[in-house]
Amino acid sequence: MPSRTVTVASRVGLHARPAAMFTRAAAAAPVPVTLAVAGKDPVNAASVLGVMTLGVECGQEVTLAAEGEGADGALDSLAALLATDLDA
Amino acid sequence: MAAPITEASARVVAGRGVSPGAVRAPLVRLGPPVVTSPADPAGADPEAEGRRVREALTAVAANLERRARNAGGVSADVLATTAAMALDPALADAAERHLAAGAPTGHAVTLAVEEFCGRLEALGGYLAERVADLRDIGARTVAQLAGLAMPGIPAPGYPVVMAARDLSPADTASLPGGDVVGLLTEEGGPTSHTAILARALGIPAVVGCPASAEIPEGTLVLLDGTTGTVQLDPPAGAAAVRATSAPGAAAGPGRTADGTPVALLSNIGTVADAELAAVTPTEGVGLFRTEFLFLKRADRPTEAEQATTYTAVLRAFGERRVVVRTLDAGSDKPLPFLPLGPEENPALGVRGLRTARAHPEVLDDQLRALAAAAEAAGRALDVMAPMVSTAEEAARFADRARGFGLTRVGVMIEVPAAALRARELLEVVDFVSIGTNDLGQYVMAADRQSGALGDLLDPWQPALLDLVAAVGEAGRAAGKPVGVCGEAAADPLLAAVLVGLGATSLSTAARARPAVHAELARFTRLDCLRLAERVRSARGAGAARLAARAFRDERP
Repeated sequence: MPSRTVTVASRVGLHARPAAMFTRAAAAAPVPVTLAVAGKDPVNAASVLGVMTLGVECGQEVTLAAEGEGADGALDSLAALLATDLDA
Repeated sequence: MAAPITEASARVVAGRGVSPGAVRAPLVRLGPPVVTSPADPAGADPEAEGRRVREALTAVAANLERRARNAGGVSADVLATTAAMALDPALADAAERHLAAGAPTGHAVTLAVEEFCGRLEALGGYLAERVADLRDIGARTVAQLAGLAMPGIPAPGYPVVMAARDLSPADTASLPGGDVVGLLTEEGGPTSHTAILARALGIPAVVGCPASAEIPEGTLVLLDGTTGTVQLDPPAGAAAVRATSAPGAAAGPGRTADGTPVALLSNIGTVADAELAAVTPTEGVGLFRTEFLFLKRADRPTEAEQATTYTAVLRAFGERRVVVRTLDAGSDKPLPFLPLGPEENPALGVRGLRTARAHPEVLDDQLRALAAAAEAAGRALDVMAPMVSTAEEAARFADRARGFGLTRVGVMIEVPAAALRARELLEVVDFVSIGTNDLGQYVMAADRQSGALGDLLDPWQPALLDLVAAVGEAGRAAGKPVGVCGEAAADPLLAAVLVGLGATSLSTAARARPAVHAELARFTRLDCLRLAERVRSARGAGAARLAARAFRDERP
């Protein structure tokens, strides 16, 4: 399954507002995307509550995964989003 | 019960004006909280109920998004994020799982919400604070499903006057920055929570108005918080002046004309209050009410969660003094994790520090969290207990607090017994703070929520001022600070009297500070002493007030 591992740049981590921005983008992807951190089950990247409950901090590594047509493109753009400071 | 208001009857109802200014807006009612239970009737078809839940969540999200568009700034972000949570498929999925297991529809929503609240709370910090937003979504969705009015503070997206029987601190937590531009309650007096909050926010308010119960929702009203009148269907063009705010914030520390310092502190009840007050020139916080952390929740806040909040408040004030009051709960403000049982007279029952007799763990958690916050913020704090009657109680509290490493420990003086024996209390604590609202209620034996007894609750009552004088004298003798943190301190002329009676700091809503600052600067310390003497020789509250005005006016 195509996946991307990226370091979260958002200064406050994936807290409420950055999480909402990220999940909006994930919901718009053509394929279902999951987000995972070490030691926890992957969550639906389009679920703001799921993403928030991962408790992702700034500088933490996360892994995006998706399968199907357009998966690579969707993962690239979501990975780029996580690599920018959403709280700026 | 007041007679229904009909076409034929008067178009004006009267109560007690407690926060000045006039507003014209439609009236809406505070929706009662909706409680769900596993014993509610379950829907016949879980799949159909699942669709209803999704529709209700979508409607709640749409309302939040509309509010976000109207709000702007930080609140718009918060509301939009909350809307995203309501639309989260994971929330609806969780509710459907509970429906499939046989839960009643509304309760399935509550269970789904609580599932996520549990996980967010486990993370602590900022994410844990989002549970209030999530629970609000749950309450709104349940109300939507049941076809009931939305619970809590109305937020229709346009200015409204909010009517209620009375307001609790929990009800009013989301008032600042919302759609409510006027408050109207059936009950309550000049020192009720509604009145205090309205003045703090600069929202015109009329309390003690039983006839308001009969005003139909949606009626256009002209509410005048100065005269205490509410005009129904006012003619077009009737003046609608916004609340007048006090003169420009007075910079510099509070002091008398001859330079005696009188710290002018702020009363706060939430982190948002703290942030608002911290940008003013206030010398710090004289009363940080911590109840908001405990209200509206099923389990007690963890030590870590409390510490995060206290640290945020301490940091907001830098080096400035912050006096934290430990939990002031009682059977009139029941908390699920602090069972006290029903009481005939909650005001005279197990409340304030008295709750620690049965539940010392709640107080210990809070003291530990405060010590951790002081450590994290790298600064000291002052902690005080409410509802202390004796020196023994004060000593027990002080020992406990010092045991956790807190260095500056005080008690509130709200009970006449504590005021009369203030000398002994000051032997075991570092400071005292007089809560004039409760002290007035207890010395006059007049329920502070009673609109009918407003005259007895007048803070100019000489008996109340006698007790303040007794505490002031004990403070001077002990060389320890005596604060006043009731509403009395917000009346500029009375503030000067309190200084004359021995108060070394005054704590008020942040908005009251400029007027008090200006008035104090007109009197020397000797003036304050003479003024206090003049006022105490008056034979009633009205006479005391007149004597003070005469004293002020006869000075050059």
